[in-house]
Amino acid sequence: MIEETLIPKVGVITDVRKDTPDVKTFRVVGTDGKKLFSHMPGQCAMVSVPGVGECMFSITSSPTNEEYMEFSIKKCGCVTEVIHAMEPGQQITVRGPYGKNFPVEGEFKGKDLLFIAGGIGLAPLRSVINYVRHYRENYGKVVIVYGARSKDDLVDIDEIQNEWVNEPNMDVYLTIDRPQEGWTGNVGFVPAYVKELGLDPNMTAVLCGPPVMIKFTLAGLLELGFDKSRIYTTLELRMKCGVGKCGRCNVGDKFVCKDGPVFCMTELDELPDEY
Amino acid sequence: MLKIAKDRLNELYAKIAETQGLFLPIKKAGEVNYAVWGEGKEVSLETLKTVKSPKNAFFPQTENMMKFKTEGKNIEVVDMRKDYVEEGKLFVIFGVKACDYKAIEVLDKVFLAEPVDTYYQNRRAAATIVTLACSRPEESCFCKAFGIDATAPMGDVTTWMDGENLYWQANTEKGETLTAQVKELFSEGGETEVAAQQETTKIIIDKLPFSNLDLSRFKPENLNELFDAPEWEEMSEACLGCGTCTFVCPTCQCFDIRDFKTNEGVLRYRCWDSCMYSDFTLMAHGNSRTTQMQRFRQRFMHKLVYYPSQNDGLYSCVGCGRCVNKCPQSLNIVKVIKTLGGKAND
Amino acid sequence: MKDVALKMVERAKELLANGEVARVIGWKKGEFYFDPQPASFETVEELDSFVYNGFCGANLSKYLIKMSKKEGKTAIFLKPCDSYSFNQLVKEYRIKRENIYVIAIECQGKLDIQKIKAKGIDAVTEVEEDGENIKVSSLYGEYTVAKDEVLLGKCSVCNKTHQVKDEEIGDSERPVRDGDRFAEVAALEAMTEDERFAFWREQLSKCIRCNACRNVCPACSCLKCVFDNPASGIAAKANDDQFEEQLFHIIRAFHVAGRCTDCGECSRVCPQNIPLHLLNRKFIKDIDGFYGEYQAGEESEGKTPLTSYTEGDTEPNDVFNGEAK
Repeated sequence: MIEETLIPKVGVITDVRKDTPDVKTFRVVGTDGKKLFSHMPGQCAMVSVPGVGECMFSITSSPTNEEYMEFSIKKCGCVTEVIHAMEPGQQITVRGPYGKNFPVEGEFKGKDLLFIAGGIGLAPLRSVINYVRHYRENYGKVVIVYGARSKDDLVDIDEIQNEWVNEPNMDVYLTIDRPQEGWTGNVGFVPAYVKELGLDPNMTAVLCGPPVMIKFTLAGLLELGFDKSRIYTTLELRMKCGVGKCGRCNVGDKFVCKDGPVFCMTELDELPDEY
Repeated sequence: MLKIAKDRLNELYAKIAETQGLFLPIKKAGEVNYAVWGEGKEVSLETLKTVKSPKNAFFPQTENMMKFKTEGKNIEVVDMRKDYVEEGKLFVIFGVKACDYKAIEVLDKVFLAEPVDTYYQNRRAAATIVTLACSRPEESCFCKAFGIDATAPMGDVTTWMDGENLYWQANTEKGETLTAQVKELFSEGGETEVAAQQETTKIIIDKLPFSNLDLSRFKPENLNELFDAPEWEEMSEACLGCGTCTFVCPTCQCFDIRDFKTNEGVLRYRCWDSCMYSDFTLMAHGNSRTTQMQRFRQRFMHKLVYYPSQNDGLYSCVGCGRCVNKCPQSLNIVKVIKTLGGKAND
Repeated sequence: MKDVALKMVERAKELLANGEVARVIGWKKGEFYFDPQPASFETVEELDSFVYNGFCGANLSKYLIKMSKKEGKTAIFLKPCDSYSFNQLVKEYRIKRENIYVIAIECQGKLDIQKIKAKGIDAVTEVEEDGENIKVSSLYGEYTVAKDEVLLGKCSVCNKTHQVKDEEIGDSERPVRDGDRFAEVAALEAMTEDERFAFWREQLSKCIRCNACRNVCPACSCLKCVFDNPASGIAAKANDDQFEEQLFHIIRAFHVAGRCTDCGECSRVCPQNIPLHLLNRKFIKDIDGFYGEYQAGEESEGKTPLTSYTEGDTEPNDVFNGEAK
């Protein structure tokens, strides 16, 4: 019988890293110790704890990592709560990869790239940022603007501070919502910070974060002169199958699992406002 | 064309059932639904609309998908799929009307699209579909509006039935194989009777009140305009948010996947779900459709605009009229088409 | 009936025009004579599509939960049977009496189009109510059927009267239908346990878990049903061919016991025509027997047999031992 995508593979958690008070990053390999499957930046996978449920998560690690996959997961529901209690050595199930990836081999090539993330929104962007770092010569200048509620809520701060800031031709701007002891960086919301930075509107922008951040940042980018056809974001809706059949993540004539989660702003403009 | 006297149909059923499963419209506790035939079952081919459509034979309301066995930290995934063809468990579904047959085409485009849903495919591959032409359509039927000819359904075998006989014509290789198995019960003939019945039925179909619904406004270009129509509020006001329309619909294919803890591990099953239900789009951190109006709109927009937009203009309504008959509060897709479909529907 | 419908529209127009109410809940014309749908009307113009006829069987009272939360007073047309549900909703604090203007309307028993079709009358295009007869036109011919034969199940044994009204339209006199509403329950009680189990098993095996019975039921007014709550551990929408679906209906019957007014909506809306009302009626019959005659919805306040204790109450042991009164 041919393979059935709904039947998952078993994954072993090999490492758990606490990023923020409510975000943990889980490193996962197959039972044979090898990476479960390959993917492209922005793609997702269905992770499940049998008996609890199955949820879609973006794959946070870079496709260029051939040893393992990582998922940065925020604790916010019954499945994520159980996953958060898991330790290295425990097993979960994984299936995928699902969805359309960022056009890293298409529209992004040769372009200056602007990544804007808020909170856990960095998870899907980490994959694409590290992919771009790996094939650095294929892309122009990279600017990263990342904000969170507090410095403790910045996901993957070690990687950002130890690796990203030292990357040539790559600027990293961090911001937090309110002043905090020991924080010398910018204070303020992401949308306002983006406007202050006076960014070059010819860059290709990728936005990821809570809806309210996306809404105001998008308005700010358009004000700066960015073109919608060069702004990308990701959507998140309830999913069960991951392959456009269960009907749940349908919005307009698109299924977020299959036609997304990556959408260009011009595509989103065509869709009814129901996401 | 072949024919068999109606009073010999039980012999035909028995002959088919000798080698494979046989689904027929069977009356149980007063209602007719597709069920496995056996001696003593009350077959009702005359029933125009079974309550549940034949989709149940390919996409059952509840189906077990896999099992998880856990031992210590280890999880073992047990594949519960059955390859019916491989196991020789073939089946015939008999009496499928033209609308319901078209609905299978609608389902195929979802389940057989890559990546193929093998649960569905395994059943489809094992099935021989015997359709039955309609001879007594009723007021809630509007298959004609979707270009379906109720007097000439396709399928592996097409049959027609009048007061005396059942007429039989194989259309495909599967149909020929089935015909070879039962041929001894049949005699030749029936062309004249079938043609006469088709002619009479078509006259009735033309007179049906919804046969000429105009669907031309329901196209991808009008997606946002239709979505934003103010009439949705009023149309959905009386909606109870139950799943009746969804579950009697031959094309509705939304499903849920859930886990169930048993003594022998965790069972993962899927079951029909309804976009009319409030938890359909519920996530841990919000819900994209919080009102019944939004859910009601989703169902009809999906059938009339979203699905056609994804599938070369094919509507995911086949005009079977089950929702017209069964909605507890008399809301249905015809009222939606008439309200939003423009002047031609006045 | 036509006169009554005209008077209803006139009165509704008056109430809206003079601002006494912000909306009127009634029925709107459908595609046919026999498929009117519940609707609310906020303007005099909207009332052009108002209809009241023999097919307005739907109980409108539950819509008040949603509608009476809106700004302004809501007027509602209630049939005798609907008025019991209304009282029950007031009693359970689901609706506020003072926000609602109740117009009690005449009902001579409502019709079931399915029963008309079950007589072999297909492709119905017109229905005309003519006293105790129903004239049906179809694409296959003209028919006359006796009204008594095609009444909704809930109407054929109805002897209910208006329990609440701010005003009344039409005649409150109507034919006495002296059928015994407990006759079917008694027939089930007369069966052996095995026979009864087989009966329900066959009936409930048809269930498609569409939840129409629950969603239409005025007694099912929980903000979130336990079967929809993933945190409850028993949330489910699958129809299990073993026993779960049967469990669903029995749990529901227990939950509405003592509160069910026998409005009959559960059976009216069931797409598989499962006689769900019989489960509720069994409870009603038992409550009558154990605690004295009680009809939910006759009052909008006060204690009920299952929520109060008296020394004369039947003891659970007596029930189990079959020695209850």
